[in-house]
Amino acid sequence: MKKYTDTGKKDTRSGFGAGLLIAGRADERVLAFTADLKGSLKMDAFAAEFPERFIQCGIAEANMVGAAAGAAITGKIPFIGSFAEFVTGRVYDQIRQEVSYGQTNVKIASSHAGITLGEDGATHQTMEDVALMRALPGMVVLNPCDYNQTVQATLAAARYEGPVYLRFGRPSVPNFTNPDEPFVIGKAILMNEGTDVTLLATGHTVWEALLAAETLEAEGISAEVIDLATIKPLDETAILASARKTGAVVVAEEHNMAGGLGEAVAGVLALNAPTPMEFVNGADRFGQSGTPSALMAAYGIDAPHIAEAARKAVARK
Amino acid sequence: MIMAKTNEELKVIATQVRRDILRMVCMAKSGHPGGSMSSTDFLTALYFNEMNQDPATWTRSGKGQDMFILSAGHMTPVYYSILSRCGYFPPSELASFRQMGTRLQGHPSVRKNLPGVFQASGSLGQGLSAACGLALGKKLDKEDNLVWCLCGDGESEEGQIWEAGMFAVHHKLDNLIAMTDWNGQQIDGPVSSVAGEGDLAAKWDAWGWRVIVAEGHDFDSIAKAFELAKAGKGSGQPTMILFKTEMGHGVDFMAGTHKWHGSVPKPEQLEEALKQLGETPLGDF
Repeated sequence: MKKYTDTGKKDTRSGFGAGLLIAGRADERVLAFTADLKGSLKMDAFAAEFPERFIQCGIAEANMVGAAAGAAITGKIPFIGSFAEFVTGRVYDQIRQEVSYGQTNVKIASSHAGITLGEDGATHQTMEDVALMRALPGMVVLNPCDYNQTVQATLAAARYEGPVYLRFGRPSVPNFTNPDEPFVIGKAILMNEGTDVTLLATGHTVWEALLAAETLEAEGISAEVIDLATIKPLDETAILASARKTGAVVVAEEHNMAGGLGEAVAGVLALNAPTPMEFVNGADRFGQSGTPSALMAAYGIDAPHIAEAARKAVARK
Repeated sequence: MIMAKTNEELKVIATQVRRDILRMVCMAKSGHPGGSMSSTDFLTALYFNEMNQDPATWTRSGKGQDMFILSAGHMTPVYYSILSRCGYFPPSELASFRQMGTRLQGHPSVRKNLPGVFQASGSLGQGLSAACGLALGKKLDKEDNLVWCLCGDGESEEGQIWEAGMFAVHHKLDNLIAMTDWNGQQIDGPVSSVAGEGDLAAKWDAWGWRVIVAEGHDFDSIAKAFELAKAGKGSGQPTMILFKTEMGHGVDFMAGTHKWHGSVPKPEQLEEALKQLGETPLGDF
């Protein structure tokens, strides 16, 4: 089994900030919009280097979406950044009308996603954003797993022509992917080959799935770990190939069940290759205040829960 | 250089546009004639005399031209009629309004490649934000053209309108000229009875905009308003023109009431309305 080394914990939002700066240097059409969260979104370096291309919108997210769409129509590549809840749920209709239906080249930079936002509590922790964004026709949904991958995903989003939802998080988490690996939208990333069960993970749960795979290996269960950093469009070919090989699938995500990656994968398998499945997610709940790791454990989205789900899936074969 | 239309010529076009509006909604058996008819005169003057626009070289990116956003997206009848009468597409296509497969969707769409339409609209309160983005893009490109946007007074109950108002001032978008069709009516009744919107001129002034109040059915007043608005370039401020208008203007039984916001005349009412408007040399589609 391939071993991954944490080269030092970093937050994925800083990966976005670093990627944004590189993208901004590479292409002068790249703009950064925020609604009073420049520091939280790690846009400081971009704003310092490109003050004219940094657009402060104040605490007015709805207008930010529309203004970014307008700028995109004139040929710009705007990234709009806020907390995940406030750049999805709060402005769902604006994104639907101005970005998705309006076919504008806007990149939604969604930070502090999921329950690992932590201490601020449920008002700020969205576990529904992927469902909202997946539902929009043509929307690309990305959820990179660590700092390095978030840098690359940001660059890929900037290069891609069309709306992109780019989801990342607040806490410092292991940084373990190859920093030079270009991000290919729509391509699943095989992290570890295995034969007994497939662990499909996205975002922060990829590292947890790798830890779970180590536990399972010690028990004699060979787990295949796949990073689904692109949630939409889903790499159906890779999912089906792995499911057919292992005959058991676990989907782990920092999101609620409804409309998340688990249901997306279930749809693919139900149509093409019905397979025993288990789900690791926040179920149908709101979050609460707490540290990120305590919340992930309490809501059942960490490595021990992934390992347990894998045992159940294998037992159902 | 294209000669500016005289007031008499504009009146003829506006009359034809009102005929188009009524015939479109009657053929579609749906649509919004009231606000379309209150906006007809100043939009006709805008497209035929004021905007730097050219259907022959139009692109969605708006490069090298003025751009227009219909924030009050339900006013497609007047919008499509004027676009077709300007040459963006043949007036005969107006017959397809709201029909299955049409480019002339009930509310503006960019998915059918209809020339002249820069952005989808219709979910109220959003178009002024898009117009801010267009104006910002033109500023970043150091381009000299203007961005125009039409809002409804009922629509201005949406909070996002005021977010956009704040943004346009903060970012000094003096290449943005917004207009409000101040007809005082919305679906459920007079604006004053629905939401008590108050004095829009005082509100926009307090927001930091240049405010111009004009008579929306008087072509001299309209021309003067546009001249004043255009003089705002370089001021560092966006401009709002509040056009005082009458919903359903031009047909006596439709004028001044919210009842024609989204209602369609019966065949005999259409006949009477067209008689009141009179025929024009431009001819019906």
